[in-house]
Formats: sequence, structure tokens, C-alpha cells
Amino acid sequence: MKKSRLLIRTVILLLLAIAIGYTLYSNFYLTNERITIGDTAPDFVITDLDGNRHQLSDYRGKGVFLNFWGTWCKPCEKEMPYMENQYQVFKDQGVEILAINVGEPVFSVTSFVDKYDLTFPVGIDKGNQLLHLYGVDPLPTTILIDKDGKIVDIISMGLTERMIHDFMQQIKP
Amino acid sequence: MEHIKCTCGHENLHGTIFCESCGKILEENKPQKLLDMRYEGSARRSQTYQKTVIDKIWNFFSSVKVGVWLIVITLVASALGTIFPQEMYIPPAVTASQFYADEYGIAGKLYYELGFHNLYGSWWYMLLIASIGISLVIASLDRVVPLYRALKKQGVTRHASFLKRQRLFSSTSLHNIDYDLNKMKEKLEKRRYHVREENGNLLAEKGRFSRWGPYVNHTGLIIFLFGAMLRFVPGMYVDEVLWIREGETISIPGTEGKYFLENEQFIMEVYEKENEKDVFSDAIDRVGNGMAVKNYQTDVVLYERSEASMIGDEPDLQVIKNHAIRVNEPLKHDNYALYQVDFKLNEFKSMSFNLIDKETETSYGQLKVNLRDPEAKYEFENGYSVEMISYFPDFYFDNDGDPATKSKIPNNPAFVFKMYTPEKPEGEVSFVAIQQNIEPFGDNQYKMAFSGLETTNVSGLIVRKDLTLWTLAIGGFIFMVGVIQGMYWTHRRIWIQQGQDEILLAGHTNKNWFGLKKEIEYILKDTHLNLPVDQTEVEEKEKVEKEG
Repeated sequence: MKKSRLLIRTVILLLLAIAIGYTLYSNFYLTNERITIGDTAPDFVITDLDGNRHQLSDYRGKGVFLNFWGTWCKPCEKEMPYMENQYQVFKDQGVEILAINVGEPVFSVTSFVDKYDLTFPVGIDKGNQLLHLYGVDPLPTTILIDKDGKIVDIISMGLTERMIHDFMQQIKP
Repeated sequence: MEHIKCTCGHENLHGTIFCESCGKILEENKPQKLLDMRYEGSARRSQTYQKTVIDKIWNFFSSVKVGVWLIVITLVASALGTIFPQEMYIPPAVTASQFYADEYGIAGKLYYELGFHNLYGSWWYMLLIASIGISLVIASLDRVVPLYRALKKQGVTRHASFLKRQRLFSSTSLHNIDYDLNKMKEKLEKRRYHVREENGNLLAEKGRFSRWGPYVNHTGLIIFLFGAMLRFVPGMYVDEVLWIREGETISIPGTEGKYFLENEQFIMEVYEKENEKDVFSDAIDRVGNGMAVKNYQTDVVLYERSEASMIGDEPDLQVIKNHAIRVNEPLKHDNYALYQVDFKLNEFKSMSFNLIDKETETSYGQLKVNLRDPEAKYEFENGYSVEMISYFPDFYFDNDGDPATKSKIPNNPAFVFKMYTPEKPEGEVSFVAIQQNIEPFGDNQYKMAFSGLETTNVSGLIVRKDLTLWTLAIGGFIFMVGVIQGMYWTHRRIWIQQGQDEILLAGHTNKNWFGLKKEIEYILKDTHLNLPVDQTEVEEKEKVEKEG
């Protein structure tokens, strides 16, 4: 009887702890409700400024550095040249950049890309489809996707060149 | 497990205060004038065993004292959170650390440092709420089980010491009460008492179910808290803001790219004297003609994206329905609801300019810039053309003094145009903003003269999906059932017992002693039994007299 009481108490306390733990975890560690680190990144297609279609799932076997940005966002503007530099280092090592602009005019995006001589694919998310799919809120947000299509990390802040280098190293196949 | 055997033969759990069956006090070293009838004197197990860590945690949460303190702390914390605005309500342009310090001084700084600026979402606040939840579960379990046991096992024949220590008690010298007993029994049953008889002793009881009220109530609360927790389960709860321009078709956030919405038009209607009945004209004048808003409405088309098309591609859309979203009249579909919550009138949509010669004011062509998707080149006849070099939808000068844009929304558009004319084939540069025309490279011959503006309205909607409402409703309902159960019924018991040369009568209720006294009066009418005395009242009177 004493044993069964201890068992019942343990089970009840455990259930309560799990429920509360889950709530706190999902509230504080999943900053983003749509996507979770460790999950497969939701598939999408983006058409870049040159008219080429890029489907995320076609990049299996490569690491993908997925960046959401806007031309007005100063930290985005700052990290873009760093991304370009590191792209030159890592593109032959199997890391691809997809830079998703959050629905600005083609004119603005093209001017920006020309200004900084960006060579990686830049696409415009018309109608906020990708923004809503990934639930991205602050800009810039960078999502690291490994060669198996799994989300490795979600970073919502401006990056230094060092950080970009380390992230690319991390998702290099 | 240890048992305590009462003289009546009933075995009680260790920690029981008085015998479950006959009511004889088991801990005789604690003499009391009146019995504490809470939980029927049963052994609240938590208070008797302290063995393992699990037991210790259990006992902590089982304590009502702890529960009350948790509630008090939560209330105080919640109140503190209302002193200054929460982080989500401060202006978005400033950082939180700055805002509180600038606005409220040292108190504000402290408020921010202590984390009160985001109180209701903080981990410690959530832990407090969670602790109240745990306390509810454990404290209830720990009391309802022994109470149920005690009420189930109570005997009809009680020990004289139990009866004498009840608040309502009387003894009557009488040898035979058979006649009275039957009469009383009849009356008790008429009053819907459940009467049990044993060797000429009576136990009349009613409303026991009222004792479960608090536990039913707590069950409701626990279900309610569980429902609140469900919000964090993916897919159960969506609460998103959607700004949509007239003519725009965009994906609805929170629907995983499944649904799209088109805004056909936004309508804002006001009360105008000319259009309303005469009786309202005074009322309309009071607030001002055309000042009171009658209707906010967005006419929308809801689309579903076909499964075949990939997200990000030009979506293949099927019309599901047309709807006019008004305040409190949301568009509902597939558990989603779209509510009208906000609007923005007259957002710039396009601007027109004439290319004119500054001296002659002759126009050589007109161009219209679509502010959402401007073109780079505008060709006119006779060798005139304009090229747009830069576009700043929300123009300002940044820290370096360069023109820049604050956002992608055309709140304050500015442009850099290059004008090509037969006279100036290399082009003249002109910086154009609202009511500004700057010529950065000296005097130009030509200029871009503003000639027209088109605007559009933007509708602010909220996307809401809440599959947890049912749980909250059920929890709330059970909560109310518990409250009613505990409030409108009372648990009354009357014992009548034949002692040696005397008849003992005692009464107990969990509330409304006056009602019980009245009822006993009615039952004892036309019998030989003495009316019971309220021993608490007597005690208090004695106290007053002594002190008086």
C-alpha cells in the first residue's frame, strides 16, 4: 500500500511536470511556432531575379543558408557583403545561399543587388508566402539547413562575417 | 501501515483525529470542547508521512497554506505588471531598456531590470501559475479521498463524546422515545433527509453531495488551465495580424500557405444627417456630422491554394467564398476566423509627374510611378525619357546623412530621377520628395513636376483559430457546477441517540447553522426532546461576560 501510494504520487507529479515542462519549453525555446530546430525545413520554390526557379528540396546534399531580408533593414544591408564574401569561399564546398526579400519592389531589390554585386540567388517573396510559411518576424532572420534538409539553427539578428563563416562551416556537407 | 483501533472496533488510519465510525476522539491527549469537523477528522495522509523526496514535494503542494500564498504572490505580481505599460505596448521605435528609464526614471529602470516589463510571459510568472495548478490537483486529491472515505464509513451509533462536542447539542432525560422517534423520522423524511436507524439510534443526513462542490469546482479549474496550456500545442491556436491593401491577394499567415485572401475594397461609413432619420439629427450633431463611424468593412475573396502547386510558385487558387468582413462579423472557414480590427486610409499607391522645362513650363511627357512596384525607365516621344535611379518608399536621412528608407511601405516616397532630353543627352539628376525638388548637381533645365496622387486603403485583420475554446467552456461550466453545488446545498446531519437515562441529540452542518436550527425546531415540535443549544454561541457569550 505504501509502495502503491508512492507510485501514484510519482506518476501524478511526473505527468504534471511533463505538462508544465512542455508548456514552458514551447513558450521560450521555440521562438518560432511554425518551424522547429531539428525538423525538416518546409519545402518551397523561389524564383530569383534572373528568373531561375530554386526549389529547396533540390538542394539535398548541400547546406542551405536561408536568409530573409529587406533593403531598408540596416543589419541586413551590413551582412549582405559578408555573405557574398563567404559565398565565394563556400559555394564550391556545397553551401548555397538563398536570400529571400520580403516582398519589396523588383526595382528596389535589383538596385540593391547591383549596388553590392551579389552573386548568390536573390528572390522576392510576393504575397508573403514564405514569410508566413516560416513565420519569420524580425529581419534579418537566417535559417541554417543541413544537407538532409533539417533545420540546424534559426538566428534572428545581424551577423558578423566570422559568424557567417562558422555557420557555413557548420552546414557544409 | 499503522492502524488505530477504536473502542467501537473500527480500524482507523494513522493520523485520524476521531474515529471514522463512532466519532470517539482518538488523540485523547488533545482535549477539545468542540470538535473540529473539517474533513471529518480524517487523516490527511500528507500531514502524517514524510519519507521520500516525492512525498515531500507532494506534501508541500498539498498544503492549503502554500496554495493561498501562491495565489497571493501571483496576485501581487499581476498587480505589479500593471504599474507601467508592458513591453508589447511601448512604441516600437525605442528599445525597452531606454523607454522605461527615460519615461519613468529610476523606478522604470528597476521595473525593466527586474523583468516586470514582460511579466505575464515571463518564466517565473508561468511557473507561479503552474504551481497553483499543481497545488489545486494535489491539495484536492489529498482531501477528497479521505473525506469520501470518512463520509462513506460513518456509523449511525456515535460515541457520546462525539455528540457532546458538536456545536448543536441537547440531552433529555427520558426513558422511552419510541413514539417520538417515529414521529421525528417521519418529519425528517418529509424534509428529504436520508434516515438510517441502528438499535434505536438515528442518523439523518441530507445534501452530502454539497461537500463535493469544491472538488468539482477545482476539477473545472484544472480543465480550464489545461485548455490554456493547449494553446501552445501546434495547430491548436493561431493569432496573427494581416494587413492587406485593396486589390492585393496575399497568403493568410497561420494557415501554412493553404489560404489566400484578396481585398476587393475597404469601406468606412459614417453617420450623416442627410442619410439618417430626422430623430437622430440631434444625436449626430452632438458628436459632429460625419464624425461617428457606422461601419468598417472589408470585402474579401477567400481562396484555397491547390495542393499540387509548390509554395512560392505563382499560386493556383480556387475561390472558396466572397464575404464582407465587418466588426464582429468575421469571415469563418475551416476553424479560422478573420476579424476586422484596424484600417489605414489613403496610403499612397501611385504618384504622377510631368517632365517640364522650368522656364517655359511645357510638359514633354507624363509618368506614373506605381509605388508598390515602380518601373525603372519611362520613355516619351521626341527623344525625352526619364530613368529612376533610386527609390525610397519611406524616406529619411540615415545616420550617415544619406537618403534611406525606413520601411517598404510608401509613407513618404522619394525618388532620384535622371531626365534625358535632346538638350541634355547625358541626363540631369533630380531628387524628388514630397514638396521637395533638389538638384544635387547644380541648376537643371528640366524638372519633374508633381501632378497627381492615387491612394488606396489598407485593412487590418486578425487571423484567429482557437481549438481550445471547447476545453475552456467545459472547464468553466464544471467550475460553475461546483460553485452552485457547494453554495446552494448544505450538508446537514442530525444524530439522535438513546443513552443511559437520556436522549442525546446533536446536529452538524457545513454552513447556515440558523437553517439547521430552524429545521431541528420543526422536527422536535410536539416531542419531548429538548431543543439543542448552540455551544459556540454559549461559549462566546461566556467570553464576553468574562471580559465585559
